[in-house]
Amino acid sequence: MNEATPIKGDQPDEIDFMELDNIIEMDFNNDPENLIMILQAIQGRYNYLPGPALRYIAEKIDVPLSQIYGVGTFYSTFSLEPRGRNIVSVCLGTACHVRGGERVRERIEESLNLTDGETTDDMRFTFESVRCIGCCSLGPVVKINEDIHGRIGAAEIAETLEKYE
Amino acid sequence: MKIRSIKDLEKTGIEHRKKLYYPDVIKVNIGMASCGIAAGAKASFEKAVTEFHGDNGIQISQTGCLGFCEEEPLVEILGTGKPRVIYRNITEQKIADAIRGYMGRNFNKKWILGQMRDPLCLLENHIDNPVEGVAKLDGIPFLEDIPFYNKQKKIALRNCGYIDPDSVEEYIARLGYFAFLKALNEMTPGEIIEIIKKSGLRGRGGGGFSTGYKWETCAKHEGERYIICNADEGDPGAYMDRSILEGDPHNILEGMLIGALAIGSSRGFIYVRNEYPLAVKRLITAIKEAEKYGLLGDNIAGTNFSFHVKISTGAGAFVCGESTALMASLEGQVGRPRAKYVHTVEKGFRGSPSNLNNVETYANVPAILLKGPEWYAGMGTEQSKGTKVFSLVGKIRNTGLVEVPMGISLREIVFDIGNGIPKKKKFKAVQTGGPSGGCIPEQFLDLRVDFDELTKVGSIMGSGGMIVMDQDTCMVDVARYFLDFLKEESCGQCNPCREGIKRMLEILTDICDGNGKEGDIELLEELSVMIKDFSLCGLGTSAPNPVLTTIRYFRDEYETHIRDKKCPSGVCKALFHYEIDNEACNGCRLCALKCPQEAITGEKKKLHILNQDECIKCGICYEACKFDAIVIK
Repeated sequence: MNEATPIKGDQPDEIDFMELDNIIEMDFNNDPENLIMILQAIQGRYNYLPGPALRYIAEKIDVPLSQIYGVGTFYSTFSLEPRGRNIVSVCLGTACHVRGGERVRERIEESLNLTDGETTDDMRFTFESVRCIGCCSLGPVVKINEDIHGRIGAAEIAETLEKYE
Repeated sequence: MKIRSIKDLEKTGIEHRKKLYYPDVIKVNIGMASCGIAAGAKASFEKAVTEFHGDNGIQISQTGCLGFCEEEPLVEILGTGKPRVIYRNITEQKIADAIRGYMGRNFNKKWILGQMRDPLCLLENHIDNPVEGVAKLDGIPFLEDIPFYNKQKKIALRNCGYIDPDSVEEYIARLGYFAFLKALNEMTPGEIIEIIKKSGLRGRGGGGFSTGYKWETCAKHEGERYIICNADEGDPGAYMDRSILEGDPHNILEGMLIGALAIGSSRGFIYVRNEYPLAVKRLITAIKEAEKYGLLGDNIAGTNFSFHVKISTGAGAFVCGESTALMASLEGQVGRPRAKYVHTVEKGFRGSPSNLNNVETYANVPAILLKGPEWYAGMGTEQSKGTKVFSLVGKIRNTGLVEVPMGISLREIVFDIGNGIPKKKKFKAVQTGGPSGGCIPEQFLDLRVDFDELTKVGSIMGSGGMIVMDQDTCMVDVARYFLDFLKEESCGQCNPCREGIKRMLEILTDICDGNGKEGDIELLEELSVMIKDFSLCGLGTSAPNPVLTTIRYFRDEYETHIRDKKCPSGVCKALFHYEIDNEACNGCRLCALKCPQEAITGEKKKLHILNQDECIKCGICYEACKFDAIVIK
């Protein structure tokens, strides 16, 4: 493996390789078929996919780094860059869209001064849009971390965001 | 305890049926699917647990979703010899009062949705009527008599909201795993396939292919065969699979077990989207519970049949709902579809024969085996048998999941079950089939809903999303919305889909921004034909549907956008502005207080003025005004 392979978002984060071993070996049997779930576990731990961890997985499960990079960029849940402390997801499913989801999105973008996928400089918020989280009866819906805010109006956005530090 | 025979199942069933219907305590069942939790059910649950901690006479339990999402959180309270009552909108603030009221026979009638009578469905003729001995409450309708439920027939959703999804015993109490054991002990694979073929069951994920024929073809191919469940429910606005997985996970396992017997498979995979963490959690529990009872694993019920199920999670790619892409993703790869010269039933996952069905399809299988194919084929239309679950959402009063016999009219679904459009607005269209479907206008409200009728009007059944749209929905914007979705989700390997959708989106965005020009509509139609004919997979070949149906039925809206530079629905910002209606405005100040731009001025009880230079058309005033004094111009 070429040491100098550059991956955007490489950070000097401390990677606990023992812990990585546990995830890859114990939870997922070093099985390349489990690559997506391994990456999910790592993102769950670090909030994003750190470059050194990806390089380590590549060797560990014997899958080319290019393929891991491919998977990491193909699927929308993965991020190669560190994300904020709070993940604000606005649902843009059809039911939310016809009930004013677009206006909610605009208010969030204006309040945070971010566009889809961006993070505030103070790492407080990452903003992203998602397609249908299956809570259509509560549309429009905004999910902040694990909290679902249903039937939210554009007027309530600023106040809701304030609650998250 | 390991289940070895139908007798063992019956024993467990009887024991837990008593707990389910004639408990020794007051049972409080709180609907805890994701939708219920989002509406506040978890807070209600925790409140009830703390409030009645140490009270041995009360048991707080969880169930899945009863489908009436609009009224969630839903709470059922029952006790032996007492009425079974469903309360609606039971938030943290109300739960303790609801329980205490019930115990003191002061039923808070205003909070009651209806009385529960078990929808017998599978249970009738098999066990004693579980309704007997239940007290009635005067003046309160039974659930099946209220308009939301009275046209429904629950087969796939038969257990959702009636049992604790984490309890295999409660599933068994409602005849769970009986169909599987019957198939295991008494039927050959050929007989199972014959029954499914005879029932007329067609794939509920969108394709509508005959399930029996699929199984038959897969069984013919040599190699290690796999049973795969497609739980990558990606259509925006459809959530029946989530509800079934969260409310009745064993039903899916049983359907897969029966499929495994039919095609001769010992390995099953469930591919779930990771936006559904609760479904994953409940499936993991269900697999463990089934293994504990010996209903999954090696040598099931003492036979030489073994079956293991693995759960794999997706990572947010719509295209992975396509069979070949899903199987690539299962292998840990990028989810790109391949051309299907060779079908997946012959060479699919790991290059082996793989049978892929949708969650709702599997959910129907045990019922068909128990009640017989004639019973199932007795419902529905000529070519579409049984029932279909729809998620009725958007601009509709009764939002929720409804399971209705095929052939019911759109009008019945929207106006009888759904109770029409809120706020006295006018119905405009209903969108079915997700991004691959189309928008059906008012003139087809009497259409009989089944696979073929929906195709005739340019839409598709799809996975069952039904998004109702009213006068405030702009159809050009809807077309733009779906193409924007598909542009993001196109995997990018074939040109027509990757570039074609992008070009169409550019044209639609121009139209919405007021830059549309003559000839745009025709160009959209031409591009649609090209994309339909030359794309590699279903995502591309169906991508133009939302555009084509909106042009077909709402051409005048396109023309108004292009020629008059107007958006009559008030959605496309460049093409309208808000005005205050001098006659209707009574000077209540509500709009002025809510306006984030402070663009509205005026004193109390005097006419307000909207400063167009400041207005960002966020719509907050339009939503807020109770007197229809903010108008779209």
